[in-house]
Amino acid sequence: MKSSRLASFLPYLAVGLLALFPLVDTSFYLQLLTKVLIMAIFAMSLDLLVGYTGLVSFGHAAYFGLAGYALALMAPKYETVSLWWTLPASIGVCALFALITGMLVLRTRGIYFIMVTLAFAQMLFFVFHDTKLGGGSDGVYIYAKPTMQFGETVLLNLEKLENFYWLVLVLAAGSYLLLRRILGSSFGRALLGIKVNEHRMRALGFPVFKYQLASFTLAGSLAGLSGYMAAVQYGFVNPEILSWHQSGAVLMMVILGGMGTLYGSVVGAFAFVLLQEVLSNQAWFGIAAKHWQLAMGIFIMLVALYMPQGLAGLAQKFRKPQQESADE
Amino acid sequence: MNDAILSTRALTKRFGGLVAVSDVSLDLHVGEVHVVIGPNGAGKSTLTNLLSGDLPPSSGQVMFEGRDIAGCSSDHISRLGIGRSYQKTNIFLPFTVFENCRLAAQSRTPHAMRVFHRAEGYAEVNRRAEEAMEAAGLTHRSGRVAATLSHGEQRQLEIAMCLATQPRVLLLDEPLAGMGPHESQRMVELIKKLTADHAIMLIEHDMDAVFALAHRLTVMVNGEVLESGTPEAVRSSPAVQAAYLGGEEMLHE
Repeated sequence: MKSSRLASFLPYLAVGLLALFPLVDTSFYLQLLTKVLIMAIFAMSLDLLVGYTGLVSFGHAAYFGLAGYALALMAPKYETVSLWWTLPASIGVCALFALITGMLVLRTRGIYFIMVTLAFAQMLFFVFHDTKLGGGSDGVYIYAKPTMQFGETVLLNLEKLENFYWLVLVLAAGSYLLLRRILGSSFGRALLGIKVNEHRMRALGFPVFKYQLASFTLAGSLAGLSGYMAAVQYGFVNPEILSWHQSGAVLMMVILGGMGTLYGSVVGAFAFVLLQEVLSNQAWFGIAAKHWQLAMGIFIMLVALYMPQGLAGLAQKFRKPQQESADE
Repeated sequence: MNDAILSTRALTKRFGGLVAVSDVSLDLHVGEVHVVIGPNGAGKSTLTNLLSGDLPPSSGQVMFEGRDIAGCSSDHISRLGIGRSYQKTNIFLPFTVFENCRLAAQSRTPHAMRVFHRAEGYAEVNRRAEEAMEAAGLTHRSGRVAATLSHGEQRQLEIAMCLATQPRVLLLDEPLAGMGPHESQRMVELIKKLTADHAIMLIEHDMDAVFALAHRLTVMVNGEVLESGTPEAVRSSPAVQAAYLGGEEMLHE
């Protein structure tokens, strides 16, 4: 009882502490943490599919990258653009793309689903890579951060790193709460039922396809939210953000953190981004830093072997004995 | 004959060259248990799959309340009011007994797509889940994870989930398979109780249960209906006795 109350309090504590981080640092580490939180939203959106609907997508970067390109194409070159309409519009583009691709990919299952989602992401990759639409392989710059203002009053100046960080923190926390809420609803329970036993759900009268499509569209929209924020943070987009490396990275975050726990995806995003930062640090690892993927690969294999539930599984291992004794 | 709630006409299913179900016509009435027996491979489970929409028929009709539902998807057929249980236990193993039944009951609510309201917050859904558990004798197992139940209890849960969807037609595929004598007895009592306001098609091998329950008996062999009628008529049919060979004594018991 005590431990579960502590556990439900933990996310609020984490957000509170994170909100204070700009007191510690307002440059490099703050930017790194911003990146972590953006990837956390991205990973949570994928966990909705992989961990809660039983759909392993290997093309989730398509929605992440598409939102970035949507912003880049909507933003005039030397003027600022308002966040109020570009953010919903970018997410809307992703939602629409997810809805359309979802109708096609959800006709497949298992390994075919993995391949078809990858194929759609690759198609999008080459659309931006091989045409002048988004600057080809060089990408496009977004010179100014979007503005958040009502009339003349500036609500939040995103050029300031800590302001942007707080916005991302609020969005990440909001995404977590939204997903928690949705997963606790009848809709969320139906998704979980589909993950566990799709055939039985159908026999019980659930229109499985509609539920999967709704989940796929929601996941694509949230990936769009994170992709938009990533594009704002870096100030440019290039086809790399749509690549299968990116889809693979976010899948690794979800697996690393522990599928189907939601907070695991946040932990996984932290672990992945920080580890990448550490392993590619030349001052520490010299020549090996160039080949950080190798060390990362070994680390992920070890996690998969010894912690099949991911990092979140560790926390559950500590919590379980207490829960069982409480049940007696 | 038109008061049948569910009836098939010339229902046929081919898998390539194999005819699994051939020209089957039968009727289900509310208040009656229609038992289908036959040796393994006779097409009994395939017939169930055709009625529940798990498989599309190759030809023929499935009439439900006067409408042809042949070829409809299984979720659609379920929502019309035709529930089924599976020969091989088909439940949500990681969920609690209550959640298994609650999910089944949830499928009947128009607000199943609501995303902000807590799943446990619907009194009507909870009540139906509890009624289903009660009917199947699982109330004392409500909080147990389904995977930890005994085989017999999992069979009961299979039926409870089916009941929670409030069907009018029940298609029960060997509900007694693998059950002990005590559990079997309880299941037979449950099916008897359900007969009053359901139309039931029962596939079963246990002859004691068959003759305890059947109002109407159909014998299938090689995908075809060999004989159909009252249990007494079928029992005395020479064709059935010939086909069943060793089972002859069993039918005369």
